[in-house]
Parts: sequence; C-alpha cells; structure tokens
Amino acid sequence: MFRIRFILIQNRAGKTRLAKWYMQFDDDEKQKLIEEVHAVVTVRDAKHTNFVEFRNFKIIYRRYAGLYFCICVDVTDNNLAYLEGIHNFVEVYTVVDEMFLAGEIRETSQTKVLKQLLMLQSLE
Amino acid sequence: MSDVVEKTLTALPSLLSLDSQPGAAKLSSTSKLGNLIRGITELTSKHEEEKLIQRELTSIKEQVSSPNTSMRQMKELMVRATYCEMLGYEASFSYIHAIKLAQQGTALEKRVGYLAVSLFLNEDHELLLLLVNTVLKDLQSTNLIEVCMALTVVSQMFPKDMIPAILPLVEEKLNHPKEIIRRKAVLALYKFYQIAPNQVQHIHNKFRKALCDKDPGVMTASLHIYLQMIKENPEGYKDLTASVVTILKQVVGGKLPMDFNYHSVPAPWLQIQLLRILSLLGKNDHSTSEIMYEVLDESLRRAEMNHNITYAILYECVKCIYTIHPKSELLEKAAKCIGNFVLSQKINLKYLGLKALTYVVQQDPRLALQHQMTIIECLDHPDLIIKRETLELLFRITNAQNVTVIVEKMLEFLRISKDDYTTTDLVGKVAELAEKYAPDNEWFIETMNTVFSVGGDVMQPDIPNSFLKLLSEGFDSVEEDRKLRQFAVDSYVSLLQGGPGKLPQRFLQVISWVLGEYSHLSEELDPATVLSLLSKLLDSKNTSSETKSWVLVAMTKLCEGRAGVSVAREVSETYSSSLDTALRQRAQELQHLSQDSELRARVLPRDASREPLEVDSSLSFLDGFVSEALAAGAAPYKPPHQRQEELAQEKALSLEPYGLSLPISMSSCSIGDRQSPTLLSVSSGLSGDSIELSHKGGSATLKLDGVKRVWGREGYLSKRESVEETAQVEVPSPLRSPSQQGEADKSHNQTPTPTPTPEPEQEKQQLASSLFVGLGSQSSVCLMGKSDLTNQRFRRKARCPGTSSGSSEITSNSIVSPPSMVDSLLYNNLLDSNITSELDLASPQSPPQLSQDLSTANGTCDVDLTDRDVTANNPSIIRDNGVVAAEDPDKPTDLCLSSHLPAELSGLSRSEITALCSHQSLHLSACHVQGDDSLALVVFILNSSDSDVQQMLLQLDSDQLEVSSVSESPVQEVRGDSVVVCQYSLTVKRPSVLVEVCGVMSFMCSVGTPQSVQFSYKLPLASFIRPLTVSTEEYGTMWLAFSHDTKQNLTLMREDRESLTATLNVLKNKLQLHVVEIIGMEGIVACRLLPDQPCLMHCRINAGTLAVWLRSPIPDLPDCLIYHCQRALQEH
Repeated sequence: MFRIRFILIQNRAGKTRLAKWYMQFDDDEKQKLIEEVHAVVTVRDAKHTNFVEFRNFKIIYRRYAGLYFCICVDVTDNNLAYLEGIHNFVEVYTVVDEMFLAGEIRETSQTKVLKQLLMLQSLE
Repeated sequence: MSDVVEKTLTALPSLLSLDSQPGAAKLSSTSKLGNLIRGITELTSKHEEEKLIQRELTSIKEQVSSPNTSMRQMKELMVRATYCEMLGYEASFSYIHAIKLAQQGTALEKRVGYLAVSLFLNEDHELLLLLVNTVLKDLQSTNLIEVCMALTVVSQMFPKDMIPAILPLVEEKLNHPKEIIRRKAVLALYKFYQIAPNQVQHIHNKFRKALCDKDPGVMTASLHIYLQMIKENPEGYKDLTASVVTILKQVVGGKLPMDFNYHSVPAPWLQIQLLRILSLLGKNDHSTSEIMYEVLDESLRRAEMNHNITYAILYECVKCIYTIHPKSELLEKAAKCIGNFVLSQKINLKYLGLKALTYVVQQDPRLALQHQMTIIECLDHPDLIIKRETLELLFRITNAQNVTVIVEKMLEFLRISKDDYTTTDLVGKVAELAEKYAPDNEWFIETMNTVFSVGGDVMQPDIPNSFLKLLSEGFDSVEEDRKLRQFAVDSYVSLLQGGPGKLPQRFLQVISWVLGEYSHLSEELDPATVLSLLSKLLDSKNTSSETKSWVLVAMTKLCEGRAGVSVAREVSETYSSSLDTALRQRAQELQHLSQDSELRARVLPRDASREPLEVDSSLSFLDGFVSEALAAGAAPYKPPHQRQEELAQEKALSLEPYGLSLPISMSSCSIGDRQSPTLLSVSSGLSGDSIELSHKGGSATLKLDGVKRVWGREGYLSKRESVEETAQVEVPSPLRSPSQQGEADKSHNQTPTPTPTPEPEQEKQQLASSLFVGLGSQSSVCLMGKSDLTNQRFRRKARCPGTSSGSSEITSNSIVSPPSMVDSLLYNNLLDSNITSELDLASPQSPPQLSQDLSTANGTCDVDLTDRDVTANNPSIIRDNGVVAAEDPDKPTDLCLSSHLPAELSGLSRSEITALCSHQSLHLSACHVQGDDSLALVVFILNSSDSDVQQMLLQLDSDQLEVSSVSESPVQEVRGDSVVVCQYSLTVKRPSVLVEVCGVMSFMCSVGTPQSVQFSYKLPLASFIRPLTVSTEEYGTMWLAFSHDTKQNLTLMREDRESLTATLNVLKNKLQLHVVEIIGMEGIVACRLLPDQPCLMHCRINAGTLAVWLRSPIPDLPDCLIYHCQRALQEH
C-alpha cells in the first residue's frame, strides 16, 4: 500500500540519527530492522551499487560523509528515482544549513540564501 | 517518491516559521533537546546511551505529570520524548499528553502535539480516537495553518471507523481557494481510499476534478489515487489515457513552472508516476497503447543521458514500452537504452540495466545474447546484488540445454549466500528448474540433494512435498520411474552412510520417506542395512522429534524378517514411553505392524501411493463402533469448540490441553493412511517448528502485501515476431550434435570476435556458449516452437483425462463423417476423406437490420450446418437465383467455381467448395488447398446479377489462426455475372480440433445502401499437418525436449502380425504423417503443424490395441492430433 516502508539515517556506528516509519512495527522489530539495515549497508564497498535486497524489500541508500541515508521500498520500485529522492532531500537539508548553522540563525535574508544556493549549485 | 520530497517541502515552511515567531524555542546550543542530542553523540557505548536516555525519560515523566507544567514546557518535553522514542526507547506515558497538547495548545504547540502524535501512535492505537474531535475542530477552523495541520495528521493516520465523521469536511476542502489545502485534502482522501476504499467511492468524479486542477501540485497528488485505482481496475480508466498523455507531454515539454525542475529536469518524479500509469493502461491493449507511442518516443528523446534522475525516467520509459502493446520502433530505441545501461561503467546503471534485461528477456532473448559477455562478467562481480540479479536473468533464459550450467551457477551462489531470504528464493528457483529441465535422473537427484542440504529448513515446505509427490506419482514410463527411485534410494543410503549429522531436518524427512517407500527397489540393498541406518538417525541428538516420526514410519514399512522384527521391537520399546505423543503413536504402530505382517501388507501396501487415496471423511466405517459404544453408555462425541465452550461456561478446572490433544491424536492415528508423514508435516509444520514459525512471524508484518512476482514466467505473449527474428541468431554450443555444431561454427566465425583471445577471455566465451545455448536459436536447431518452450522432463501425470476427451466429445456431435466430394480433376487419394469442412451460416452479432436481410435472403440464419446439410442446401440457393442449373445436385458449385481456382493452386489437393453465404445475387463460397508448406484458403465471390457490386471489403479474422492475404491488392468490385477470387494463407496460432475463420464482407450494390454479410468457415486441424522427415536419432533428442504430451489407446486395423504397419499406413495416408521407423511392435512417427511446429508420436502394440503417445512443444497439439488419428482409423 505504501511505497516507502521507512526512512533511516544512521551514522557509521549504526546509531540512528533519524527514523521515520511508514509501516507499523513494534519497538523490538524496529530495533531489529535498524540493526539489520546497518549490518547490510555498512559492509558495502563504495564501488558497489547503492541498492541492497533486504528481506522481501530493497533498500536504497546513499552515504554522505559519515551518515547513511536509507530508504526501504518495494522490490519493483524504481531504484534511481529513490536514490535521487535522497539526494533531493539532502539538498533541501543544505537549504536549512544555509539558514541555520550550529543551532544559530545564520542568514535571514531570503534573497541572500537563494544567491548562496545558486552559487553552490553552480559549483556542482 | 514524491511523498518524501513533498513532506520535506511542507516541513520547510514550518521550520522557517520557527524563526519568525518571537519567543519560539530554537534548536539552539542552550536548548534541552540540543543538550540531549549532543550528550548522546558524545557517548561511546550503547550501554551509556541507554542509561542517559532512561534518566532523561524519568525526568520527562516527572515533569509531564506535574500540574504546574505549562503548555510551552510541555511542547519542549514532547520534542524530547519523541526523540527518545525515535531512538527506540519507549515513552508511552507521554502519548496522552501529546494528544492533549494537540487539543489545547496554541498554533505552534498544537503543531508539536500533532507531530508527536503522528510519531508515537500507529493506526490501530486506541488513543487515536481521542484525536478525532480535535481534528474535526481544526478542520473547521478559519486558521489556514490549523486546517493544514489537521489534514496532515489525517493523511498520516486516522481510525478507519471514524472516516465518515470527517469525510464531508475533507471533501469540502477540495474546493478550497488555497492549493496547499486542496493538495492535502487530496492526499487525505488517498489515505482514506487506501484504508477504506468503499467509503470514498461516491467522490470518484471529484478526483477527476483534482486531476484537472490548475495547480500542478494538486494534480500530482491526485495521481497517487489514480495509480492505485488503475492498478486495481485498468479497464475502468481507459478514458484517462488521453489526459495522462497530455499531462506527460506538457511536463516533458517544460510547461510546468521552473520550481518543479530538479537538476534542470522537469518534474522527474511526476514523469515517472505518469509513465507508470501509462504502462498500466496500455498493458494488453492495442488501441490504448496506440495513443501513447508518440509521447513515449518524446520522453525517450528528451531524457538525455546525463544524470541519475534522467536514467530513472529512461528506466521507467523502457519498462513501459515493454509492458504495453509492442511497437517495433520504440522497442528498438528501448533496447538501445537497455544496452547503454548494461554497458555503463556506473555500477548503479549496470544493475538497472540487468534488471531491465530481466524484465524483457522473455520477449526478446536476442537482447540477452547481445550482452552475453557483460552478463558473464556480472556473474563474477564482487557485489553480490549484481550477481543475484544476473542469476535472476539467467533463471529466465534457462532451457533444457543450458540448465546444468545455470543451476551450477545458482548453487555456487547459494553456498556463499548467508541471507535467508535469498536462500529461500533461490532454492525454490533451482528446484523449479530441476523439475522442469532435468537432463537425467542422476543430475536431478543430485541437484535436489544440494537443494535440500543448502535450503535446509528455510526453504518453502512445498519443495520437499512436491518432490515426494513427483517421485510417488511417477511420470511417463514405469521403467524410468523405477530407475529414478532406485537412484534416489542409492544416493540417500550413501549420504546416510557418510554421516547424516549435518543434514537439515527436512532433508532427513525426505530421505526417510523415500527409503521406507522404495528401498526394496534396490536389489543389492539389504533391508537390515537400511533399518540400521535409520535407527542410527533415531539415536542422533540432532534429529528433531518430527523427523523421528518420519523415521519410525519408514521403519514400519521396512521391518521385514527376523532381523527387522527385533530392531522394531527395540526401537518401539524405546519410544513407546516417549513424552511426545506423536512419537509414541508411531512407535505403537511400529510395534503392532511389525508383528502382524498380514495386517501390515494391508495397511501399508507397496507402491500404493500411486493409487489415489480414498478418504471417507465422514468416517462412516466407524458407525457400528460408535453405536455400540453409545449403547454401552458412552457419552456422545462433541466437537472441540463445543467442548471448550462448555468448559468455559462451567468455569471448571481448565482441561484445555486434554481437550485439544484428543482430535489431534485422532487424526494422526489413522494408521491406514499410507501418506501420513506428508500429512503429518502439515500439522507439525504448525506445531513442531515453532522456531521457524516465530521467525516467520517476525517477518510477517514486513510482508504485508507480499512480494509480488513481478516478472512472470511468461513474457509478453502477443509479441511473437521478435522471437522469430531471434531465431536467426546463432550461438555456438558444445552441446549440439555434430552437424548442428558445424552450422554453429560457421555462424560463430561470422561474429566479429578478435581471433587471438586471451585465456580468461576464452573461458568466458566458453561459459557464454554454454549459458546462452538454445536461446533464440531453438528454431534453427530443430523445428521446435516459437516462444513457449517448456521442455519439461518430469511432467506430472494428469489425474483426469484432460481436455482431449472433452473437446472430442463436444465436436464429435457436430461432425458427421462427410462423404468425400472431391473434384475429379483434383483427385488425390492421399488426402481425401480427412478434409471435413463445416459451414456456419451465422450472424449472431450483426446489427438487427442486417440479420433481417440475411434471413430474408436465404432464411438460414444461426444454423450450424454440417457438410451433409450444406450439400443439400446449396443447390436450392443457387437454383433459386438461377445461376446454375446443374443436374448433379452434389457438385454444382464445385464444377462452376473450381475453374476459377488460382493457377498455382491447381494440382494440389483441396477440399470441396462450400457455400458460405449469399445475399441477393451475391454468393460467397470457399475451399482450402493444401500445399506442401502452406494452407491456402480460397474465397470465391460470385455476382450473379448484371449490375456491378462496388466498394467491396472482405475481412477475415480468427482466434486460432493467423490469416494473411495473398492477393496483392484487395478486390474492391465484382462486375456483373463474374467471379472474383481472394486467396489467404493460414497458419495455426492455437491448435484446436477444428479451427474457424470468421469473415465480414461489406459491399455496395449499384442501387441501394451499404450492406454486409458475415460468415464463418471451419476446417480440421488435420489440414495443417504435414510430414516431418527426421532420423531416429533426431527423433530421440526431440522427444526428450518436448513437454506437452498425451497418451491414448487406439483400435488396430487388423488383428494380425502386420497390424502395426497397416495401421500406421492408414494414418500416414490420411493425416500426412511421416513414419520414421517401425521396429517389431513399436513404431515412431513424426509430423509438423504448419509451418514448423513438430509433433512426435510413439506407437506400441499392447494387448490388442495401439498405445499411442504424442509429444510436442505446443500445448494442445497432441490432444488435437490424437483426435484426428482416432477419426482417421474409425473412418477407414
């Protein structure tokens, strides 16, 4: 019924940074899933694909520095679309970063934020 | 996907609003949440984290329950509680406070309350009911933000039963001036549709309005609903195709606002969604597919290969193109696209390419051939996921020729794979392939041994079950069955001798059953040896009690002779005091039956499993016993549920375990049930394997709607052309016969491979040739069929006679053996009497005025006439119109029309010309002509008036036949008093005893309005049969490769020594079969169905009848052919 089963952001040590569940699990199950995902994802080489089969689903993950962004979806879903979805999500994150930094408001002028972002985009 | 993006985007403004609201708590370095997070990140061990969070939770708990906590503080507490909950620590005490916060707080506090609720609770949580009123209130609020929040929480979770309470309010929001509200309302309705589709049925047309919304966001949201609805019922939404195409066109053309661009690609996720919808709509629907070709082409063109997201679109496009009705240009482009993917250096793209290839390979094996070297490389890729996908691809192209290599590769992978899910899946596939394509007994048993040892106790239980069923039911020949079983026995004995310690329980169960049932087949095997091996199993610590039951049953079957009895006594003594009731039961059986060999022979007869078991489910044979017991004062039987109810009512001491154990032991003590181990496995699968059960239970929630088998075994069936094309592609193969090898070598040399290949490269090529053998080259190897080749070696016997008798029953009523009426000029004694034509003067579907016309014309509408009737009617029709005044009532039309037969067809054998239908002065007749490699249908149109008939259009169509016109230009007019001839070539698509062509002819008489007539023409399948010249060796290889078979006994022609030859000669003459060889009492015969579908026949004289066995790669062909053989012999 739901396309995305859960989103997990973990660090390399397997600590959860963000977890969002779109399916019902009880707490033990969640914990088990988190551990399993961590075990499956962290062993993978940078040269490997960004996709892993996981139980009867698949996980699409992307690593940004020390953080793993993982999305669990149906096996039939379009892998790349989700991979880019993660990236989009991270890009939005950078918007937040432009505005707030280290817990402080950094920039309030919308036009300035936009300019900064455009500059960043041109760097890519 | 867009859900995530959407949610992030909607979350953004609220994040931003944090800062616009004065006094709002920011995630500053001084905030408590900030401290908590920092504290956690600084910790090194999990244990410390636990301690810290427990401390945190205790303090939160204290504060929330204190009456002095303000709403603002509460908000802060909720944020921390959610964070702890997210990290996996329970904070259930805060749930109710979150709801309160959502109810009572100001806008921001409310927001946090809603957020906490949506993170804390799940759909079925009972506290959610407390939220309904709040939602209701907020939906009616004039504050946009409050409405927004309410809609957000509703689209995340809402109790199903309460939907009617808020539905009208949500519906109303569809007309809200703000697009954000409209969009959220649509998403909320999507949620309702998911959890309670019936409740939103009445607003389906409002969804349409959302689809046409001027705001792209609202439109996008509505696509979720449509995708879901179209998936469930594609037929109901075909009319949307044009709209979806238009939307996609606009998106691709960049008509959306720039804000929707992602890396300068216009709304990529929207494009993907639209493509998905299109593929659902266009699947198996030619005319709908027609509408989308253009936009698909444009999508392919626009999506330049430069960024991941465009690849994502391309992948979806390719899938769509291969799902909808095929169009060759698009397929070509899509194939090229897949090629780019597969060859890409980027690993993600390569993976996607493999996935796409797997999706399309059954329709287009040529593609796999093109990329065989890449596939080989992927097979050894360090990334397991790539390897796994490659195996999936290979699984799809497995045939009888490459099965050993592919299965070996799969088993190799299985040995290194540690993931249970992969093992379960792959083991199932290996078992499927082994059953289907096993080249010989040894290989089959050995492969299954590996399957059982590797798959162990994680494999699907139906694998061992169907394996045992296969062994016990047997297949085609008694001798083969015996060999297979004997080989299995030998193999298992040596396995047990080698030490059974490591073997999984399921495998041990299979072994015990087979040994018990069939070890007598192996003559040099002493039953005592088997018994001692089995009793060793019983003693092993690793053997589960379920397996022990199997072993005991096997021993019961084997305990013959003095040695047997003593072993049996020993064993049964040990286990008759076992705590396990099932084991005790088995031990008792063993004890009794080992002492009474007569009873044992009756209860457990040898080879009895071949007989269908008759189960008297009412247990009527016990009636006498029951009545006696009742008479003696026993209490009447009560079903378990009734007993438990009574127990509950009495509130007496709970005797539940006893109550339950009764029926179980009842069912398992059915000693007479020879197959009880198999049955037992069903019940013990529930009770015994509790570990496995809990394991499954753990995953059960993840499986919610199951993993669909997306890539079906059969590809796109209507796409035959490309398969035919692939027939030209040759693959070198070491497995072919020398003459074919020669051919293959030639073609191999033609392929541009650099001659000096390095060693590893050569190895790869060798592997390639063994993997891709038989792919697409089937029809050049022999005459094997086109697409659906399932060369099943181990085909189960059909329990019931199947379709052959059914269809012959139906048709035999309508076919009256026709008198052969063949034009003397074209007389051909080979092919006379088997041509039966049936005439169908019917127009049931024609418009009313038309059928009236018809009935006034000849008054024989809707009448199915046999040949005899036709010959009786023909003259009258024709004479009425005064065309022919022939004296001979039998062949009036023939004589007159046969002279119009096309020159190239004269001299060939043909059927008599039969009238099809008439309309005033226009008469249609037809006959079929059998060429060496073709069957032509000739339609004669006779205009007997002086005025011309114009704008004539003749269309033929058939479900079972492929009809193609031979004439260059379609005939458009028939001059007065003349005959026009149309010629068609027919080939069989779907064999059936009689095949039928339906036709419509529309025309305009010189005076009057457009007219049309309908007709149909039936011809026997036998007219498509031609001899197939093969050698005995070729026959042998083909025989093994074909999977569809049928057996029947036919009557012999004579009762003497030459009876076989005589009978085969009759068949040869009447049906154009080729007699390959006759040796003693056996004969082999081959024929083909035009153009090149082979069918082989094996005949043996057996007890005064001719036992005929037909095999073919085409499903219904053997059944149809046996019918015609029967008729041919009857008529003789």
